[in-house]
Amino acid sequence: MNYFNDLILILDSTVRLAVPLILACLAGLYSERAGIVDIGLEGKLLGSAFGAAAVAAVTGSPWLGLFAGIGVALAMSGIHGLASINLKGNQTISGVALNFLAAGLTTFLGQSWFHRGGMTPQLNNDQRFNPIVLPFAPELAGVPILGPIYSELISGHNILAYAAFVAVPITAFVLFQTRFGLRLRAVGENPKALDTAGISVTLLRYQALIITAVLVGIGGTYLSIAQSAGFNNNMSAGRGYIALAALIFAKWKPWPALLVCLLFGFLDALQFRLQGIRFPVIGEVPVQAIQVLPYVLTIILLAGFIGRAVAPKASGIPYTKER
Amino acid sequence: MTTVNTPSQGLETASASTPAIELRGINKHFGPVHANRDIDLVIRRGTVHGIVGENGAGKSTLMSILYGFYTADSGDIFVNGTKQNITDSRHALALGIGMVHQHFMLVENFTVLENIVLGAEDSAFLRPTLAKARAQLKQLATDYGLEVSPDAIIEDLSVGQQQRVEILKALYRGADILILDEPTGVLTPAEADHLFRILRTLRDEGKTVILITHKLREIMAITDEVSVMRQGAMVKTLETSKTSPTELAEAMVGRRVLLRVEKGPASPGKVMLEVKNLVVADDFGIPRVKDVSFSVRAGEIVGIAGVSGNGQSELLESITGMRDQTAGTVFLNGQPLSLDGDDGAARARAAGLAHVPEDRIRMGLITAFEEWENTILGYQDSYGSGPGLSIAKAKATAKEYIAKFDIRPSNPELKTANFSGGNQQKIVLAREMERDPDVLVIGQPTRGVDIGAIEFIHNEIIKMRDEGKAILLVSVELDEIRSLSDRIIVIFDGQIVGEADPATADEGALGLLMAGVTEQGHSPGPGTLPDHVTPIERNLTEMSPKDNSARDVSP
Repeated sequence: MNYFNDLILILDSTVRLAVPLILACLAGLYSERAGIVDIGLEGKLLGSAFGAAAVAAVTGSPWLGLFAGIGVALAMSGIHGLASINLKGNQTISGVALNFLAAGLTTFLGQSWFHRGGMTPQLNNDQRFNPIVLPFAPELAGVPILGPIYSELISGHNILAYAAFVAVPITAFVLFQTRFGLRLRAVGENPKALDTAGISVTLLRYQALIITAVLVGIGGTYLSIAQSAGFNNNMSAGRGYIALAALIFAKWKPWPALLVCLLFGFLDALQFRLQGIRFPVIGEVPVQAIQVLPYVLTIILLAGFIGRAVAPKASGIPYTKER
Repeated sequence: MTTVNTPSQGLETASASTPAIELRGINKHFGPVHANRDIDLVIRRGTVHGIVGENGAGKSTLMSILYGFYTADSGDIFVNGTKQNITDSRHALALGIGMVHQHFMLVENFTVLENIVLGAEDSAFLRPTLAKARAQLKQLATDYGLEVSPDAIIEDLSVGQQQRVEILKALYRGADILILDEPTGVLTPAEADHLFRILRTLRDEGKTVILITHKLREIMAITDEVSVMRQGAMVKTLETSKTSPTELAEAMVGRRVLLRVEKGPASPGKVMLEVKNLVVADDFGIPRVKDVSFSVRAGEIVGIAGVSGNGQSELLESITGMRDQTAGTVFLNGQPLSLDGDDGAARARAAGLAHVPEDRIRMGLITAFEEWENTILGYQDSYGSGPGLSIAKAKATAKEYIAKFDIRPSNPELKTANFSGGNQQKIVLAREMERDPDVLVIGQPTRGVDIGAIEFIHNEIIKMRDEGKAILLVSVELDEIRSLSDRIIVIFDGQIVGEADPATADEGALGLLMAGVTEQGHSPGPGTLPDHVTPIERNLTEMSPKDNSARDVSP
């Protein structure tokens, strides 16, 4: 029973840690399916985390924080779109520039506004998204097996986490069952096919970027005002990149993306759990060696286990109509 | 016949004598290029109307204007007698104008059904749209003989079937006027025949078909009327039954053109190139050339005929040292040639084998380089000593070739991308031919080259032969193989399935051989293996501006 409780706890933190990955991964899915490589996800996560924390700290409202987080991501997507859709620039460079911009600007603005070395003020519970206890969770906690699963694992997350999990089936439906999804997939494969059918490639790609911004904005907001109580320097810590890796691993499909993000979340949770534990024979392993685990596994998985991942064909290529 | 989804039904009040399309004074500029100048054109309803012209004559531009892909700078378009301002493709489709593009506008990993409804969905949700499309597809298939499995994935289909999907796409959108841009370029002879049958059915059902091509034979075979374009202008419109290929060719080029290659009999000498039991695999390790043996003598041209994708590319790449061999030997002038490794191509060159690759843009040239740089590419070590490069010597050579091969514009410092296809091909030919090789291997010598330049290139090849060189020629143009070669080898599925004398070979018999039908009457497999350059890849090249500048720009 002890092991079971341990497992439930690890899975519970798996869910918590996977949420920003899921949101960023789905965000990337929309833009990459539309043919826009978004390496700037990392910067958007960071930027919206800062925006959300700053606004929540000043106004005291997590919802205004969420709007600010999404707003920051939208603005960054707008820059990305302008550079890579209208001006037909290189999408990777534009994305990397956004990452630099976010890393520098969040620290700079944080320092000049709040004077705490780039951090935002500590938020109290009213200024954050708090865990929601689902109906009967406390009552059912005592039921063997199912009780802990319901009350620990399923109940007790905040609204943004539930939103991330709801976004997966919605994305799958939008992508494969709707007109918008068909066009979105087509524009990432062969934009000319859409253009000759009289559909605007530019408009579609901007629509994709807007959805991307909303999702990644929620992800960033989750980082700073749901999972934590304030913004820290570089608090996205490469999650945007891991989400992109997960996207490739999932071959640009929503359900596999969920599973891969949960796997990465699990590795991360395991890593926290293993810290300070004495292993037989080896003894205590340095913290750094354990912290590196998820990243090492990311490399191994990406290098060896995914087989041939075929990206959307027009991904990364600006669309030019005139010859 | 049951018409489906025909938006032009309301226009059927227009009298039968009203032309389907009338263009008046159309002008279009692309930067400094005047692609269409004062074009007037009348296309009668219920006819197949051909539009011929050299590359860059403005045919595709004109049709793209009609289809709303480009907007004209000036001029009027009348559809069924009513003046229309066609602003985008959607508008053109609503007027009943559909277009089948040269490079298919299909999403390769979508099903046929998904491609057909793309952009013409009825509702926000796909399910009802797809169900309706499936029913209509069945109807269209029976009406016009356009049968394609609705659930097949596009990349699994042959090129001919993909083209049928494009036609179905246009008909599903209710097209009454169908524009086809160079539809037979990628088809086997049998597939082209099938296409023509479909076009005739469409015409007989009252549709208007506009056929853009540079192949005069097709014009003569299927069209009712033909319009000739030259350098952006409309030269004349003729009734097909009252004209001849010679007259059309003259109108296209603006001077007399010899359509037949004039050559004397060959006087073959000793064997210069011998290929024994060659086996070559493609990038995925699948054998594409299977135990092929043949030889080419000095002073003869051996042509390899076959439908694109049957191992010709791999064969050429292997003989010229670009691709490793799985088994077999290549002898040059009696000596075995070691071709393995990354420097195989350099050793082949050093041994006296010159190569004009099939795809000049991908393999023959660096289009971002200046002309003189491409002139010495591959032979750069003979210009200057040590690490230095004698630029003056290189430019002198470039000037010499430009004069000799009539390359225009005659500026060796111009970026290669700014030369037309024919002139780019001449740059490659000059580089390879002027090295005085013993063996010349040429792939697709005139792909995307104008009639005038074709004549020149053919004559140069014959001249090389008469100088006693051994020439191996690969082309998907059967006419070209027949008129140039002294011997024809037919390749199918990586194997040599027959040899023929071009003087006596019957085109039908060659066509059957190319499709893999041997005399025993059995077909070893499908005749249309996917070309290793897929239509999508080609589209992407077209879309990328840096490569695109190389295509279709008149100097």
